[in-house]
This record gives sequence, C-alpha cells and structure tokens, in this order.
Amino acid sequence: MTETGTEAATPPPAGAPQPSRPDTGGEPGRGRRVLPPAVARLAYTNTFWIFLVLVALVVFFGAMQPNFISAVSLRSLAADTAPLLLIAVGMTYVIISAGIDLSVGSVLIFSGVIAAKTMLWLGGDGAHPDAGATSAGWTVTLAGCLAGMLGGLAWGLLNGFMVARMKIPALIATLGTLGMALGATYLITGGTDVRGIPLNFARTVGFGLVAGVPWLVIIAVLVTVLLGVVLAATRFGSHTYAIGSNAEAARRVGIRVDRHLIKVYGISGLLAGIAGCLSLAHFTTTTISGHTADNLSAIAAVVLGGASLFGGSGTVTGSAVGLLVPAVLQSGFVTIQVNPYWQYLAVGAVLVLAVYVDQLRRKARSAGR
Amino acid sequence: MTATPILEMRGIDKSFGPVQVLRQVDFTANAGEVTALVGDNGAGKSTLVKCVGGIYPIDSGDYLFDGKPVTVHSPRDASSLGVEIVYQDLALCENLDIVQNMFLGRERTRGIVLDEPTMEKMASETLDRLSVRTVKSIRQLVASLSGGQRQTVAIAKAVLWNSKVVILDEPTAALGVAQTAQVLELVRQLADNGLAVVLISHNMNDVFAVADQIACLYLGRMAAQVKATDVTYSQVVELITAGRSGDLGLQAAAVAAAGNGNGSHDAGVTDLGDMNGAQ
Repeated sequence: MTETGTEAATPPPAGAPQPSRPDTGGEPGRGRRVLPPAVARLAYTNTFWIFLVLVALVVFFGAMQPNFISAVSLRSLAADTAPLLLIAVGMTYVIISAGIDLSVGSVLIFSGVIAAKTMLWLGGDGAHPDAGATSAGWTVTLAGCLAGMLGGLAWGLLNGFMVARMKIPALIATLGTLGMALGATYLITGGTDVRGIPLNFARTVGFGLVAGVPWLVIIAVLVTVLLGVVLAATRFGSHTYAIGSNAEAARRVGIRVDRHLIKVYGISGLLAGIAGCLSLAHFTTTTISGHTADNLSAIAAVVLGGASLFGGSGTVTGSAVGLLVPAVLQSGFVTIQVNPYWQYLAVGAVLVLAVYVDQLRRKARSAGR
Repeated sequence: MTATPILEMRGIDKSFGPVQVLRQVDFTANAGEVTALVGDNGAGKSTLVKCVGGIYPIDSGDYLFDGKPVTVHSPRDASSLGVEIVYQDLALCENLDIVQNMFLGRERTRGIVLDEPTMEKMASETLDRLSVRTVKSIRQLVASLSGGQRQTVAIAKAVLWNSKVVILDEPTAALGVAQTAQVLELVRQLADNGLAVVLISHNMNDVFAVADQIACLYLGRMAAQVKATDVTYSQVVELITAGRSGDLGLQAAAVAAAGNGNGSHDAGVTDLGDMNGAQ
C-alpha cells in the first residue's frame, strides 16, 4: 500500500479517459494506489468547485466593497444562515439516502410554535398575562426547546415511517407532512405569531456572542460538525450512502434498510426542530409565515454542494458551502447596491448548471465502462 | 477422494406449492476444487444454490458442512458457516469505493469511528492473495470499474471473511472474452487457495476450463456428479438436455419419471427457474 507521490493524490478527472483497462496489465498489487477517502470523495463531487465559486464570490464582493468582509457583516450573515444550515444538514442525509424532505420548513415553524407555547404555559405570569413568559428562567426555556425538538423529531419519524414502511414516495409523503405540520401550526396558534418567550433565551441564544461569535452560529456549527463526522466516518454514515446507492445491496448484506431510513428522516425532523428553536430565539417570536421556501433553499444547497438527487453521494461540508453561496450572493448584492432579487436568478441558474454537470458526469461514467 | 467434502447436500427435496423443483438431490463440493453446477433453465440450479445459501429452507434432506449435519435457516446462518454466494447482479454500490463495498454491512470500527486503515489493509491483502492486478486503487469508486473488475470486487468481498465455500452464479455471463478469462483465472485461484468453489454456468467452455467436477441437474434431479476429466463435452450436453448419456446419468425409467412427473408443470418449473434467476 504505497503512496506514489503527488500523482496518487490526483484521481482522474471526471470524463477523462478511463484508467488503464485490465487487459493492459495494470500495475502490480503492491503498487495499488490508496487515496485518502476524503480526497477521493472530494474530487468526485462538485464540492471542490462550488467552494472555489464561494471563495471567488467573497473576494469579488470584498474587492468591490471592503465593508463586505467586516465582522458585523459576516456575523449577521452567519447568524441569519444558522437555522438553515441545520435544515441543510438534515437534508443532506435524506438526499444521500435517495430521498427528499419537503416538510422541513413547516416542521421548523411547528417546532418553534410548540417550543414557544410550552414556554408560555410553564413560565406564564398569571398577574401579567401580556408579558408572556419573558421573565421565566432557564428551566422553562430548556423544557420549551425540548418540546419543540421532540415535535420536530416526531414529524421526521412519521416521514420515515411513511417512506420506509408504507412505501409512499418521499416527495408525496413529505409534501403531506408539509401541509399537516403547517395546518397543525395554524390550528394551535389561530394564525397569529406567539410572542413573549423568555428574555434570557433571546438575549443569549438569540443575539448573544461568545468571543465575537453568535451563539446561534456556535450551536449550528457544533451540530453540523458532529453530524458531518457521523456521516463521513461511522457505520451509520456509511450505511446511509450504501442505501442511497443501492438499497438492495444494502439489504443483502444485512443492513436494516427500513429502520435506517426512519432514523435518517428522524434526524432531518430533529434538526428542523432545533432550527425552529434557534429561529425562535433569534426573532423572539415564531415566524409562521416565513420559512415556506426553506425546503427548496436546503435542497438547492445540498445539490450545489455536490450531492446527487439519485442518492449515494454528497457531503455535509459540501452542503454547508452550497448554502453559503446564495447567502453570500444576497448579502453581496446588498452591499454593492445591486438589487438583491438578482440572487434568486443567479442561484437558480447555478443550480440547474450543477445538476446538468452531474448528469454529464454520470453519462461519461456509464459510457466509459 | 478420501477427504470429507466441505459441503454435502443429501437427498434434498424442495417444492414451491404443487411444483417440486428439487427431488432427492445429492451434491458435494470439496475444498480446493471447482465444482461446476450445470443444467438447463428451470433444472433447479438457482433453487439448489438458494437452499445452500439459506434463502430457501429445504423440505427434507441433509445439509452437511465439514461432515457435520447443520441447519441453515437464513443467509446469516450460511455466512457464519463460511458459505458466501456471489449473485449474478453482483449488488454492489456504485457510489462507494472498493473498500467500502467489500466491508459493507461488516465495517471494522475503532470505537464508533470506522477503522479505514485496517479495512484498506485487509482489502488490499485479499486482492493480493487472489493475485488481482487489475485494480488501480482500492479507493476507486465501483462506478468507474469495468464489468470484470466489478465481478472481481464481488468475489473478493465474498472471500474476505475466511469463507470456505464460495458460490458464483453465472460470473461470466455479462463479460467479454478477455474479462471472462480473468474471472476464470480468479475462480481457479480461489480453489488453489483451498476454498470450495461452486460455479454455476451455461458456458461449457468455461466449465471445462476450470472445473474439477461437474454436477448436472436435469428437471430437478441430480443426473450425475462426475470428474471433469472423465467426461466429454458432448456427454455433458447430453446430460443437460436428456438427463443421461450412456451409462451416466439417470436411468431410463427415472428420466421418464422426471419427464412425466414434471411434464404437466414444465411451464411452471421453467417460470420459477427464471424468476429465481432474476431475483
């Protein structure tokens, strides 16, 4: 298992002529090249390219308007993106398993409402009903967040059950829960946002900083790193790729595919639940009418980050980078005073292009066998 | 000949509803030998193999492993004995690399984290042991491999677990000439390494190229299991198509019985065979 220098670290680019055919002899076994999995995977995905795009965008906007790379600007960019990052991480798992989760935005709202309602119920001040639970302590906050997260998890598990056991296509199953979670939210709230969450919660988690970094970002990044490692380096992650790549093969080697899929959708729901709590802290109110496009933003981020909608490929890092591209575009357009609506157009075009490249690569791959 | 066969099936019966697919089938596989299992479509090859692999329970008969009677109820039972089947459709994950595919479902871990170095080492050693020289990097995605290389990975995956019996279902069916030669060489290599190899094939050239023994099924009965050097090409073809050839094979009465017994169900048997093959 010898590393043969720099050449070994450079896998053939997609679409390039195939490596030497078996009948040409190849190299002796001891010369077999071993790429570090991370490097190999990186080069086979769009992740690397989209990362270059991101860097180019930051440099471009920075050059146009030096204020763009200021602490304040970056901080607000990161804090606004934090909840969506969690959603995109969950979506990464789901898409790698060859599924899709359209319900995340509704589940986020639902979880936020459950969390807020729980906080008000436990911490409400009878004497001053208008004040809600603003003065409540951390126990109330934690209980509320826990309730919100459980709410998210429950929707996720329901999605997983419908997809894995009831064999309902993921698109339809999660479209159903999208409607159901939103409907439940409106029924609980009567259509008005819930206010009056504990101030402690808003001040620390919502806008608080640790060494200049918002709490929101720290929480989102910690969860992302954890799930990134789980995906890349554990049996659970490996099985997620395998199921997305060839569910029948996974079943034959004894992987419990149904159970695994339920867990994957559960993760997506749980992360939407956490995102709901973060969003609640950030805005100090539930945002019932927002988040309707979160599912599409997350899917776009995951696909831009190099995942294939056919399943079996994708990385958490890629999705995070893919999420930052639209965010940077938007805030960049604002900074250089271009109408920020251009962002939607640009992201849409890049997304289509990314999928087109993925298709070309698949074609080259199957033609070059 | 004195050694106990590693795998011995005695008097196996297997029916699917009213259709009896295997009748009193005897079959043995010896360590260090390639045993070819041949027969026409619907003769019961796939069914027999699935009984060995624990996918179908046997109705009656004895399953002896290393001379000791065992019961095999599931693929896991078969795996734990050291019996691995490489199916025709291979069932590899294209998006995963060779190491990941070889260890799929049986990943090595250190704590909760995958132990990549150990898995790479074991995969590499296994490929070296099989004298596989056609794979450039064990971290190559399976999607980038040729059909022959995929077959190689599937076979290596089966032998990684100290298996004692490896059953290959039509390993050369979809391959070109050069790749077929490679896979046959690998099959021979497996046997030379001391494994019992069972090769299902329709291709007589392949069978005579590597097999030590030839077992021929005819309409659910074992027509004959003979040494490959003792028979000719045309004798084997006769065994496949008529169930007997001279002194070899089923006696005339048995052939007639097999024919009559299954006659009314012929279509059914064939369909079942095809279905099995497709699974």
